[in-house]
Amino acid sequence: MFKYLPHTEGDINTMLKTIGAASIEALFEDVPPHLLNPDIRLPHAHSELELVRHFMSLAEKVDPLTPVIGAGAYDHYTPSIIRPLIERQEFLTSYTPYQPEISQGTLHYIFEFQSMITRLTGMDVANASMYDGSTATAEAMFMASAITKRKDILVSHTLHPATRSVLETYAHYKGLSIKPIAPENGVITLAALKDAISPDTACLIVQTPNIYGLIESYSGFADLLHENKSLLVINQDPATLSHLKSAGDYDADIAVGEAQTLGVPLAFGGPYIGYMATRDKYVRKMPGRICGMTKDVDGKPAFTLTLQAREQHIRRDKANSNICSNQSLLALFVTIYLSTMGQEGLIEASQQSIDGAHYLYEALLHTGLFTDPFKKPFFKEFTLETNASISDLEAHAKKAGFLAPFPLKKLGLKDNYVSFAVTEKRTQDELDALVAALGGHS
Amino acid sequence: MKSYESFIFEKSTPGRKAYSLEKKAFKTVTLDAELLRSDAPKLPEVYELDVLRHFTNMSMKNYGIETGMYPLGSCTMKYNPKIHQDIAAMPAFSGVHPYQETGVDGLLEIYDHLQTYLSEISGMHQFTLNSYAGAHGELVGLMVMKRWHDAHQTGKTKVLVPDAAHGTNPASAIVAGFSVVELKSNHDGTVDLDDFYAKLDDEVAGIMLTNPNTLGVFERNILEISQAIHDKGGLLYYDGANLNPLLGMVRPGDMGFDIMHINLHKTFSTPHGGGGPGSGPVGVRKDLAQFLPKPVIEKTADGYAINRDKPGTIGQISQFYGNFGVYIKAYAFILTNGEHLKDIARYAVLNANYVKESLKDVYELPTTVACKHEFVFNGLKDKSDHVTTLDVAKRLLDYGVHPPTIYFPLLYKEALMIEPVETESKQTIDGFIEIMRTVAKEAKESPELVKTAPHTTIVRRLDEATAARHPVLTYDAHLKP
Repeated sequence: MFKYLPHTEGDINTMLKTIGAASIEALFEDVPPHLLNPDIRLPHAHSELELVRHFMSLAEKVDPLTPVIGAGAYDHYTPSIIRPLIERQEFLTSYTPYQPEISQGTLHYIFEFQSMITRLTGMDVANASMYDGSTATAEAMFMASAITKRKDILVSHTLHPATRSVLETYAHYKGLSIKPIAPENGVITLAALKDAISPDTACLIVQTPNIYGLIESYSGFADLLHENKSLLVINQDPATLSHLKSAGDYDADIAVGEAQTLGVPLAFGGPYIGYMATRDKYVRKMPGRICGMTKDVDGKPAFTLTLQAREQHIRRDKANSNICSNQSLLALFVTIYLSTMGQEGLIEASQQSIDGAHYLYEALLHTGLFTDPFKKPFFKEFTLETNASISDLEAHAKKAGFLAPFPLKKLGLKDNYVSFAVTEKRTQDELDALVAALGGHS
Repeated sequence: MKSYESFIFEKSTPGRKAYSLEKKAFKTVTLDAELLRSDAPKLPEVYELDVLRHFTNMSMKNYGIETGMYPLGSCTMKYNPKIHQDIAAMPAFSGVHPYQETGVDGLLEIYDHLQTYLSEISGMHQFTLNSYAGAHGELVGLMVMKRWHDAHQTGKTKVLVPDAAHGTNPASAIVAGFSVVELKSNHDGTVDLDDFYAKLDDEVAGIMLTNPNTLGVFERNILEISQAIHDKGGLLYYDGANLNPLLGMVRPGDMGFDIMHINLHKTFSTPHGGGGPGSGPVGVRKDLAQFLPKPVIEKTADGYAINRDKPGTIGQISQFYGNFGVYIKAYAFILTNGEHLKDIARYAVLNANYVKESLKDVYELPTTVACKHEFVFNGLKDKSDHVTTLDVAKRLLDYGVHPPTIYFPLLYKEALMIEPVETESKQTIDGFIEIMRTVAKEAKESPELVKTAPHTTIVRRLDEATAARHPVLTYDAHLKP
């Protein structure tokens, strides 16, 4: 017997008798015999103690470095109440809420997630179905192409290069054409957009803060794009929406981004959660699950998945996306995070990140090892230029227990650019220790 | 159970807080006003116990696997081991930045070992774990198919998809740039060979199949189909949604499949999380491995390395390396089950056939062949009282059972798809059978009771038409008069 499988000999015999089969093997008689029972090398069944020992031994092969980098994943604080709540089995083990009568919990938090994301982004509607920020951006690209019936996608070169790579992959297979827009001194400009826009432009995709950590401003962008019947898609770290102008403020059409920054653990890159929000008029072009409010037969308010006629399980090859997930458990995570932090907490965490980042920035410039190639406003992340050996810098930091700096050449950007990111988790002592380790002893 | 009470926004009282951050001595930096929003985003102001009560009460309006049996067809709702949550939350796994590339051998080893075990189990050469979900895996797999055809300049553009397939299949094929040709199914959901041969022309790039199919029936002509597709220069894609009954018993690679995905949240129990996060690793045969997405985790002489620059690849399909926190649990599941993996398939199939045979006198069984992990009834056997599958499903809610999947696949008008997974005991299953028989009896004796069900749930049948016609999708929209 095995702890997850309850079948006794007696059970099996009784059940086979009801079925009228001589053995369990007889139930596989329709499988060509030579395909059955392949020789598979599997580990032996581990007891719980063995399992834990095994994972402890793997954990020992991991250096616990303190990240002072970001580049798309940020080490923000996770309030302790989130994990026990999301691990309640009613949330953790349930399925997509197809039976609303016994899924009001899931539907309720998805509705609150949608409500919070729209308030953050200044948009009208949101979904809860995006795997991560990069694929959310790709879905926004498809959506813009479907709305405008155009195939040219203008992409700012200040987008995270991994996001740009994902866009290129998705665009290639769907037959869309990516037109990169080069930055000027680290940010996209209206003049560059004016040069690039054409009657074939479906949308412009921009990111703020961008890959260099710089805050971009999009004044005038939406007017120019809308005049051309093109859309504006803004990819933004949602944690920065505590302070920064939103997609709504810039009159954008689709807001997307990576919501890992709302307290989700780094977890070596996933699971994270993308977000997507848009205008009311485009809701029927939006991919993914959407939860709405309605009433039951007794007039009681209730929640249900709605506008399903857009989706793959109804429309099949005519669907506006192949997405089947709703990134539910992480939507719950983010909803609890935003409820716990509230508007004041979100602002305070951001302000501490901004202040710490600027403190580190000044201290690093002071070492004489770095210069600022841009001299532009940044949030919690910034990029510096250095003539020092970057691998030496990384090694010094590692010795002191830090992961920093991030070499932007790893993403195909300039060889001597490095970036740093500071969150509310970093103390002044830590930042001082990092600066000292990097060689700023003077 | 409590019904809808209030939104967290309605519990908000200005000045309350549920968080605590230390005071820091950094100088306060003020950003240029030009860049700042005019109003703070309106989020709830509550204290910690408010948050806990709000979400705990919310959870009590949900049904989970530890609540009771979850015989949702095609979804493989099995027990999700508790220990996996603790393992995934270990700081050495949950606290590592994805761009930390040295001192992470423990993590890369998990990636490598899991992809090796998945290859063993499925008969594929190599897997990528970068794809985030089943549908994402399908998309990536079809991009690989497209890339292979492009590399060989075949010019083939069509993908064959059975009408009984999951909706994601045709949708994914379209996103990958193929056109879709729908195949007719036989009465038992298997491929109609006449229709298959009629549509198998020189433009066919491949076929997408689920085996066992969505009726739980093993595709007995699979070897003939794979031979015919390969002879025409096409590839076979295996939708791994129904892998559970074949685990350790039959390998998709041995059936002739070239590309496949696995839903780790189903077969490997990672769990479903209310619809996500999932994980949909994609496996391929040897000569297709070069096309798998980047970055790639590679074995080196002294450990592992992350390769971001891989010629030939379809490209990048995720920001980092997929849902690491999810596939760590799949790896733990394989280690815990070990040699018992094969029993998963055997008991899943035993359970399904037992339920089928125990209920076929009161529910209409359209096909008599032995099923695998799931099967489909075409509603009640006696339809004279016009009690539908929807009514049966809703009445099951009154008995505290999660209903089976309804109205899928589309082959039968009153489809009721049941998957009683291997982690359910005979006692639990007997209880379910009893309830199903009671509902069938009620449908005859007091049909109105069933047609107006559910009666005991916190909310009853919903007005979904109004929800779609006049969408109210946010709290702010709800506040509007």
